Amino acid sequence: MELFVQLMVSGVVTGGIYALIAMGFVIIYKATGVINFATGELMMLGAFFCWTAMTAARAPFAVALVVAIVAAGALGAAVERVVLRPLLGKRTISVIMVTIGLSAIFKGVAEILWSGEYRSFPPIFPRAPVVLGSVILPSRQAYPFLIAVAAIALVGLGFRFTRTGTAMRATAGDQATAFGMGIDIRRVFSLSWSLAAVTAAVSGVVIGAIGGISPQLGAVGLRILPVVILGGLDSIGGALLGGVIMGILENLAGGYLDPLMEGGGVKEVAPFVALVGILMIRPWGLFGSREIERL
Amino acid sequence: MPGPAAGPDDRDILAVEGVSLSFGGVRALSGVDFTVREGSIAGLIGPNGAGKTSLLNCIAGFYRPQAGRIRFEGEDVTRVRPDRRAARGIARTFQNIALFEGMTVLDNIKLGAHAHLRAGVISAMLYGRAARREEMALREEVEREIIDFLEIEHLRRRTVGSLPYGLQKRVELGRALAMRPRLLLLDEPIAGMNEEETEDMARFILDVAEERGVTIVLIEHDMGVVMDLCDRVTVLSFGQKIAEGTPGEVQSHPEVLRAYLGKTG
Amino acid sequence: MLIGNYKESYAADEALFRTATSRVWLALLGVAAAVFPFLAGDYLLYLANLMGVLAIAALGLNILTGFTGQISLGHAAFMGVGAYTTAVLAARLGLPFWVAMPAGGASACLAGMVFGVPSLRIKGLYLAIATVAAQVILEWVFANWNAVTGGIRGINVPPARVLGVALDTDLRIYFLVQSLAALHAWAAANLFRTRVGRAFIAVRDRDISAELMGVNLFRTKILSFMISSYYAGIAGGLWVYFTKVVTPENFPLSLSIQFLAMVIVGGLGSIKGTLFGTVFVTLVPELLKAATEATRSVFPDAMSYLAPMKDVIFGAMIVAFLIFEPHGLAEMWNRTKRFFALWPFKK
Repeated sequence: MELFVQLMVSGVVTGGIYALIAMGFVIIYKATGVINFATGELMMLGAFFCWTAMTAARAPFAVALVVAIVAAGALGAAVERVVLRPLLGKRTISVIMVTIGLSAIFKGVAEILWSGEYRSFPPIFPRAPVVLGSVILPSRQAYPFLIAVAAIALVGLGFRFTRTGTAMRATAGDQATAFGMGIDIRRVFSLSWSLAAVTAAVSGVVIGAIGGISPQLGAVGLRILPVVILGGLDSIGGALLGGVIMGILENLAGGYLDPLMEGGGVKEVAPFVALVGILMIRPWGLFGSREIERL
Repeated sequence: MPGPAAGPDDRDILAVEGVSLSFGGVRALSGVDFTVREGSIAGLIGPNGAGKTSLLNCIAGFYRPQAGRIRFEGEDVTRVRPDRRAARGIARTFQNIALFEGMTVLDNIKLGAHAHLRAGVISAMLYGRAARREEMALREEVEREIIDFLEIEHLRRRTVGSLPYGLQKRVELGRALAMRPRLLLLDEPIAGMNEEETEDMARFILDVAEERGVTIVLIEHDMGVVMDLCDRVTVLSFGQKIAEGTPGEVQSHPEVLRAYLGKTG
Repeated sequence: MLIGNYKESYAADEALFRTATSRVWLALLGVAAAVFPFLAGDYLLYLANLMGVLAIAALGLNILTGFTGQISLGHAAFMGVGAYTTAVLAARLGLPFWVAMPAGGASACLAGMVFGVPSLRIKGLYLAIATVAAQVILEWVFANWNAVTGGIRGINVPPARVLGVALDTDLRIYFLVQSLAALHAWAAANLFRTRVGRAFIAVRDRDISAELMGVNLFRTKILSFMISSYYAGIAGGLWVYFTKVVTPENFPLSLSIQFLAMVIVGGLGSIKGTLFGTVFVTLVPELLKAATEATRSVFPDAMSYLAPMKDVIFGAMIVAFLIFEPHGLAEMWNRTKRFFALWPFKK
């Protein structure tokens, strides 16, 4: 029972982070219809921006986090302007393939700049673990989780209550009408990519704070795919719930099945097996919409 | 006047019964009844947004109406998938040209015959006797019946994306003909064409109806063409049928005038 | 623009190589290919074999992505399925290559169906995601299903035998590799002369219209995916006889991305483009390696950057070609041909 609770809690923590990354992913999908395969690498770069600010410039964590956010936002906007804008109007699969290319570029550049070694973050949070009833959470896990939750809340509120957020929601719903209402679609696209890069960066920082970083971190981005399939590709609420469920599933599978398998690694595979299962049973996930296309 | 006179042996090749179609909150069609006699050319007119294309889409199988039935050659096809309706003989052209941009004119037209071809994968990949024979027969048929007829020999190997609008429309008609249709749904076939192109197209449509016995449903805004070609005309407005009859009858129908010109006494 | 190319029968017009000039070039290419292994050094021979094998897989991916418009990120994994199947049948059961390789192709095909059927029922994008799942799951199976795959140690494979002769050198296996590559390229070209291939392109360009013309979308897409998986599987089987060993790290996601680069750079939707792309994408890392070795005195650390530079270059090629030259090297080749066809009369 101890194990179960421990796994559940780790699962929720991981899930919170997944939810944050998935949110960025769904934002891009809803706004532009593109599946961003570079999400993981954007995460990884955000983590490295923060780490570099802390180690090379000796900045305190809060400042480094802001640096990472600004840098990621700029990177997202730059990617949209230089790479994606020329492809506006071309087929969606071309854009998806471009994100695949970008992921390779980011990974290679990161490895060249920072080498393939694994780095750990300097100590950021207070040492004392957080105690909830009978569960003890190491501070390494608890605080990052709180940051993730705060970020999600901020973005959610921003969407709801700011003009920009409303513009983004409108564009995601119906591009042509939004354009007709005078919304600057290109600015919305640019903002969507910046926002996605920022949420990815914050998630990257959070993950880095928990477990350290390396250019391989981008592979975690792939684990978002089961999350968004479970939640529904175009549902932010689904991304949040899906993230938590996948986090729990992963930890339970890893905790109980890993010892049974010779090589281990069940934790990495389980979400993807679940993905295939979801596609077979309920492909639009928990809250995704079933699409109707007009001729 | 085109079309044979109505007789007791003629049957309705198409019967749309009480079809209603909505998208979310928008009502596209409300209880529309529409029948087409075999071998005739039926016109479908109405102001923009009246539901004409939606009706065509229901007949072709792309939209599933919330209420009503569609009968083709006496059989209920309301639940039949679009690709199977194509195999039964319902063909369609599109308002905004839906040719396959990456293919040549010849390949686009050949694709029309897809439902009638049988070659399997292995035979195709090895270009075995079955596939080869089928392709040759298809090529001959397409050349004789369509390319020759539509006067597009010189365009065979051109990629359709490089063709001017008027010729693209002609290729699209060719592709629809390759489907060996019994019922041909034409959505604004002459939109955007100049006088000469319009005359050519009208001539083709007439030949298709008269010489091949294909029944045609025609959406058009050009009243001259509608009057010249159609045996009967049906008028839609805001998703409802407001008039039906011969072109002459419809032209002077008060409801029709009101729908087109707005409320004028 | 072909001048003076007059055909007297439809059969002649439907041929793959319609002009005498192209047929002559084809014959010359054939002769060159036959003579090459005897003249080339070991390294070039090895490269030629490698490119031949990869070309088969790349052809499969182009059929799926270039001609049918569906993205797969699991192509390397399916190649792995074919490789392992062939390895097991050859090494453990002693079956000859002409049984083991097609079996590899077939099993890759079946593996493809597991991931293709649920995802292709819905929108095309879902295949991209499902193939990522395939890549992760299959890689894990390769590394962990010790009983069958030998786990991390992999499987050693005896060389293929033709009429009693073991194809254990690069020279000997060259002819098998290149003739299989040519055969599969020919088969792919044939596809697009017939109803099957036309349906693929129609689904890529306008799937809704294609459906209204009688094309069954799901069946067409799944067929394309199965053919593409078969090509990957056969390539995997052939690769196993080429390298004589198979291990789990041979089929990572980066290889799937490399195949994608091959078809994008070469030209989506072009058979000869696939061949160009395979050669280009295979040679670039080799040139890079040679360059880093040559400049070792100036940049002593360059070697350690080889792997990430490869990633950057492949990624950059994908992005650059998609933005600037979406029809790839094939289009550049056609443009050059057209230019010289009328030169010096047309600028």
